[in-house]
Amino acid sequence: MMSNGTDKIEYVSYLEHQGKYSGLRSWIFATDHKRIALLYLYAIATFFFVGAILGLLMRFELIAPGETIMKPQTYNGIFTVHGVIMIFMVVIPGLSAVFGNFFLPILIGAKDVAFPKLNLFSWWIFIFGSILAVASQFLKSGPPDTGWTFYAPYSTTTGTSVIMATTAAFVLGFSSILTGLNFIVTVHRMRAPGMKFFNMPLFPWSIYATAWIQLLATPIVGITLLMLIAERLFGIGFFDPKLGGDPLLFQHLFWIYSHPAVYIMILPAMGVITEIIPTFCQKKVYGYKAIALSSLAIAGVGFLVWGHHMYTSGMSENARWFFSLLTFIVAVPSAIKVFNWISTMYKGSIDLKPPFLFALSFIFLFIIGGTTGLILGSVATNIQVHDTSFIVAHFHYIIFGGMGFAFFAAIHYWLPKMYGKMYNFKRANIAWGSLFIGFNLLYFPQFIIGIQGMPRRYFDYPPQFQWAQIISTIGGVILISGIILMVYNLIMGVRKGEIAPANPWNGSTLEWQIPSPPSLENFDEAPVVKENPYDYI
Amino acid sequence: MFSNASNFVHGVDKAFLIIFSISLFFLILLTTIMITFVIKYNKKKHAKAVQIKDSSWLEFTWTAIPMILVMLMFYVGWEGFLPMRQAPKDAMHVKIIGQMWKWSFEYPGNKVSDTLVLPINKAVKFDLVSKDVIHGMFIPAFRIKEDVVPGKNNYTWCIPGELGDFDLFCSAYCGVSHSYMSAIIKIVPEDKYNLWLAVLPVKKADDNKEGYKILEANGCFSCHSVDGKKIVGPSFKSLYNTSIEVNTDGVKHKITADDLYIKNSIYEPNKDIVDGYQQGIMKSYKGIVKEKDLPKIYEYLNSIKAN
Ligand code: HEC
Ligand code: HEM
Ligand SMILES: [Cu+2]
Ligand SMILES: [Cu+2]
Repeated sequence: MMSNGTDKIEYVSYLEHQGKYSGLRSWIFATDHKRIALLYLYAIATFFFVGAILGLLMRFELIAPGETIMKPQTYNGIFTVHGVIMIFMVVIPGLSAVFGNFFLPILIGAKDVAFPKLNLFSWWIFIFGSILAVASQFLKSGPPDTGWTFYAPYSTTTGTSVIMATTAAFVLGFSSILTGLNFIVTVHRMRAPGMKFFNMPLFPWSIYATAWIQLLATPIVGITLLMLIAERLFGIGFFDPKLGGDPLLFQHLFWIYSHPAVYIMILPAMGVITEIIPTFCQKKVYGYKAIALSSLAIAGVGFLVWGHHMYTSGMSENARWFFSLLTFIVAVPSAIKVFNWISTMYKGSIDLKPPFLFALSFIFLFIIGGTTGLILGSVATNIQVHDTSFIVAHFHYIIFGGMGFAFFAAIHYWLPKMYGKMYNFKRANIAWGSLFIGFNLLYFPQFIIGIQGMPRRYFDYPPQFQWAQIISTIGGVILISGIILMVYNLIMGVRKGEIAPANPWNGSTLEWQIPSPPSLENFDEAPVVKENPYDYI
Repeated sequence: MFSNASNFVHGVDKAFLIIFSISLFFLILLTTIMITFVIKYNKKKHAKAVQIKDSSWLEFTWTAIPMILVMLMFYVGWEGFLPMRQAPKDAMHVKIIGQMWKWSFEYPGNKVSDTLVLPINKAVKFDLVSKDVIHGMFIPAFRIKEDVVPGKNNYTWCIPGELGDFDLFCSAYCGVSHSYMSAIIKIVPEDKYNLWLAVLPVKKADDNKEGYKILEANGCFSCHSVDGKKIVGPSFKSLYNTSIEVNTDGVKHKITADDLYIKNSIYEPNKDIVDGYQQGIMKSYKGIVKEKDLPKIYEYLNSIKAN
């Protein structure tokens, strides 16, 4: 039931559209936001898979105390590149580069982003930066071993390829800045006639808030990494006390970016969930304004809490309580979103399809990630769990359980729109089950041994922590099997799946009003803008 | 209900307990509501959704209650932490020196130990000193942790309240042997402590050879021993002018460890890799170890050659 039959006979989807180029070049030189979104999707999925395998290798090393499958230096190199890939090449671009690119223009009734060529250029920068990151692994001086945080003065003195890795992160930052800029202008200038800010769906709102963080915060880490490179090359002395520098300066600069970067990952994830829940409950979102504004509040206050990563660094007492107070305040808008999502389910007509399952488990994992964040925000408890596996568990719950599960939810939600095909539901549910179980087995035990004092970034550990490491490794294997099954199911869906109708979930937002897959210009007729985008009556 | 291993356990664990209880309450409450809705309002039973109007009263309540709760959490966290910054004036001092990848504990009177021995029920202030990069002084049982930052005089303190042995870990990543940088803390009765301190030898006057001092100042001994033991790198004992096997660009060959080789090993360590070791662990000391100091290093290495 392709709805295109009625309006246009010579309808061609963006996937078949014949432009200037053909073959591979019609993709890598495409300026269509939808093709660029798919380019990001393929690149990011590949990086994610590599990163996940590296994670599993670490898990096998940790299954028993002492050396198991690798040497300590190899382990340190692996957790560094795992972190660099996952943070800079997977979760920071992640949702906004893939689903933001594909659906932001469609959801606001536009035919593309404001600057399509700049959009393509951002993808190329992303690929170039990723090549540098991969190259850093193969230089003669050996893979970087600093952790993705590049803390000075270790990073200014170690013999490994830190310069190449930081250059990669620097370049990747530009891709992020330009994407942010593009999206801000798109939201301001490209909305369909009649669509005011408060008529926009909430995913565009979250992408908009995120874009501001990308634009304003990323330059700070850029400068910081340049300072680090200059220190290594010329011995300038910004950070190394032996040269007259201050190691804490690096930490401040690094977290002024990297804390807001956490919101670059999680805000779009919240946006995705806010799209999915109303659709599968067939209900208007509860508290539209509160959700929209809380995205902006999180983005704003998120700039002021970076010091909670530094409670044990020797910062002044005043800084410690001040950052703790602000951290607790920023927790409130996140809690409000959870209440809004759950209230949206109240008296809905709930359809438990795979995207909704992922969305529900997102909420569960996000509550665990968020409440353990409260433990970290409180100074007394932070002192105990800082730099332990509690942190590792917490941020995997937020970025993998949160952003990762939201990404999986999004791909199950929008895949029929993007490819015009449907995947197998039963296999999707099984994959979901093993992801959810594997995930919790993998990370929950790390909370417990973290509180008991198991430090992070440890190649070896005392035997009293082994029970948890074994459970975690088993969880890791289950999790990876789930990922493989899920990806297989999605690929099979795209290649051999049934043709998907234009609106398989009975969604109310604009992307469901156009054929699947959309045409090059998205809207062959002017879109009808609703007062409230989630109107089901 | 709380352990008495140090005077901070009570405050910290109280904060843990309060935050965990509130969190667990909300986790269970919200998950239950979610599951109930999914069952009760399932499409099969509830074919038509009922649209609800937003209620500002409800939204105000669920903003205000979390706000009050987080302020409570902030307060207990702050209350548990504050005493950690208020070391009594008359506390005894122990200097904790962090160095890749070893802790040493310096007691008054220039006495140095590898284990941290402390008397029970006496306040002790730790002055944290790093000789190279950032380390983290973490005693899980005592609930204390503070980074050991080069060039900064961080401190922490505590009153040990239980006899026995406890772990001290390095919590801040500091390189290849980070996970081996730990020490044992022994809490003993005061009279035992006094006996122990009395027999603790005064720090050996540094080996007064020039070459030794240069190597020591640059932290070479954290990877190279002088007694033949393999640490991270090969030992300096029996190195000078002997024949060793190295890999250059993947090709194995023998080379004599003469002055030129030693110089190259210090300035371009990744060129010839000693067989059995990984590249990239030792950094280049170009510009750090001065050319004019090299002869003193050769002389020292020669002097510790076993014959
Ligand atoms: C982070 C650990 C580390 C530090 C610190 C370190 N080295 Fe090394 N060093 C190594 C390793 C590992 C090797 C063996 C691999 C190689 O040849 O590069 C090595 C090799 C050497 C060799 C060749 C030894 C042989 O048996 O052939 C010399 C000489 C040397 N280092 C001198 C120094 C000096 C002098 C310093 C201090 C200025 C120093 N190292 C600091 C790790 C270190
Ligand atoms: C797929 C399964 C995954 C496994 C098995 C895994 C496992 C691990 C392990 C064992 C560590 C090292 C902890 C330590 O030694 O302190 C680690 C660190 C880390 N992981 Fe993962 N992880 C996975 C997925 C992810 C994902 C999806 C992300 C991001 C979204 C991520 C981000 C990170 C980061 C940032 C670090 C910190 C690196 C550092 O300490 O420098 N991981 N992970
Ligand atoms: Cu943060
Ligand atoms: Cu360490």
